[in-house]
Amino acid sequence: MKLNGRRVLVIGERDGVNAPAIEACVKSAGAEVLYAETLCFV
Amino acid sequence: MSPSRFPVITAVANVLAHAPGLVRYGSKPLRDLAKNPGLGAGLAARLRGYEAAVAYAPNQVYIGNRDPETLRALPRPWFAAPDPGASSDGAFGDFIDEAELLGLLKLCDRARLVQVDADTLAAAGERLARRGLVTPAEMSGVAPGTRDAIRKLVESREAIPLWLDGRVAGAIARGHEDDEALTANVLLENLAAKATGVLALRRLLRQVEARLGPDDIEFVIAGSEEAVGDRYQRGGGNLAKAIAEAAGVGRATGFDVKSFCASTLYGVFNAAALIQAGVFSRVVVVAGGSLAKLGMKYRAHVVKEMPILEDVLAGIAVLIERGTDADPCIRLDTLGMHTIATGSSQQAVVEALVMGPLARAGCRLRGVDRYATEMHNPEVTEPAGSGDVPAGNYRLIAALGALRGEIAREEIQEFITAHGLPGYAPTQGHIASAVCYLAHALRAMRAGKMKRALFMAKGSLFLGRMTEAADGVSFMVEA
Repeated sequence: MKLNGRRVLVIGERDGVNAPAIEACVKSAGAEVLYAETLCFV
Repeated sequence: MSPSRFPVITAVANVLAHAPGLVRYGSKPLRDLAKNPGLGAGLAARLRGYEAAVAYAPNQVYIGNRDPETLRALPRPWFAAPDPGASSDGAFGDFIDEAELLGLLKLCDRARLVQVDADTLAAAGERLARRGLVTPAEMSGVAPGTRDAIRKLVESREAIPLWLDGRVAGAIARGHEDDEALTANVLLENLAAKATGVLALRRLLRQVEARLGPDDIEFVIAGSEEAVGDRYQRGGGNLAKAIAEAAGVGRATGFDVKSFCASTLYGVFNAAALIQAGVFSRVVVVAGGSLAKLGMKYRAHVVKEMPILEDVLAGIAVLIERGTDADPCIRLDTLGMHTIATGSSQQAVVEALVMGPLARAGCRLRGVDRYATEMHNPEVTEPAGSGDVPAGNYRLIAALGALRGEIAREEIQEFITAHGLPGYAPTQGHIASAVCYLAHALRAMRAGKMKRALFMAKGSLFLGRMTEAADGVSFMVEA
């Protein structure tokens, strides 16, 4: 997937995929990460 | 009988307090009601009565009147099928009603900020005394507030009302005129944690009274998540000592441990380590309930026209001693640590918290009878889209087992059933996170039905904005 030129808001989940992991993926695809936060739902 | 190699768990108390009147002060309802007071009627209509909360099968599991595995045979939703054998007197602890809770809040209030009316205090004193948790002398020393005084206090806006069955039965005042760490809401949250911790510790002492008295406890560690302190040291603590004092554990001192939901499990292994080091021979780990989490998922419950299930405060107390082989020990040689270098991928976390302890114990995945993870009740979380938290954890453990060749892919579901558990705990993070299963494991091990259980908890450190890291801790308990 190419995300060059895309700006991304990252919402991760503690028990799923967390924000730093998503951030690393989308950055490697060329995106600019504007915001990243991991949430915990319990 | 030979001395055990590691400190042992000799008693566990799991207690609940019904708190529908406090749901409005949970973080989510409180924020929503401030924006839209009209939501109050819809919220109130979905609160359930004490009998329904007691008869709710997951609550019966928590206080030890059912084994967790029995939930699998019950049709969902569990709230629609009251447990016919339900009792508020659990094998592991009491499930007190809201009048009893208000009485305990008053009993635990050393700052004279709580007022509770005479009728409520009388009912609380009589019921708590019948449970053997207070003495009549203690309760008779607590002065009731007049209804007029309570009304004036609330009208002055220096206090917030304490509700019981739809009426104002008391109030709690702020502790300082302009200290945000001592507002009435903050103090209620802290006092609720203290009172339910006291409830758990008193019940624990009742369980061992034939052998031990309060003065035999040397140290208390609290795993609650509340930030007790004032404007200069918000979160300074120390709830452990406050709980010990109110439970009559007069020869002990103590401290708090903090790591979000992993706090109480950290407390247990630190207690064991203090005993192993020879510093103490008898330590209690205690945690009270989290008022902030009452009604956390209430919006989904209202939309789905189901009861608001987050209407209870939970408490736990664990007695750890220098022991003998007669009791299950905490295998301090199997500690699983989520180090900074571990990283935060789920695979790395499970490697650190499950495979690490197994390797150190020389044990295969199937060599552990039960894995206790975050035992949140799925009936609370699923309607809000948060999924079945324990099931997700078990799938990860099993998948990693399959990756390592310890489990065949087609055996994953069988492994989860045989070695996992259905979630049953109230969504009170530091109690739901594995420690709530200690009492069940102790009972099963004493009955010769279980050899090993692995306890793992995760802490969401990133929520405090000081790091992006998570945390976790685990250890094995062995008969």
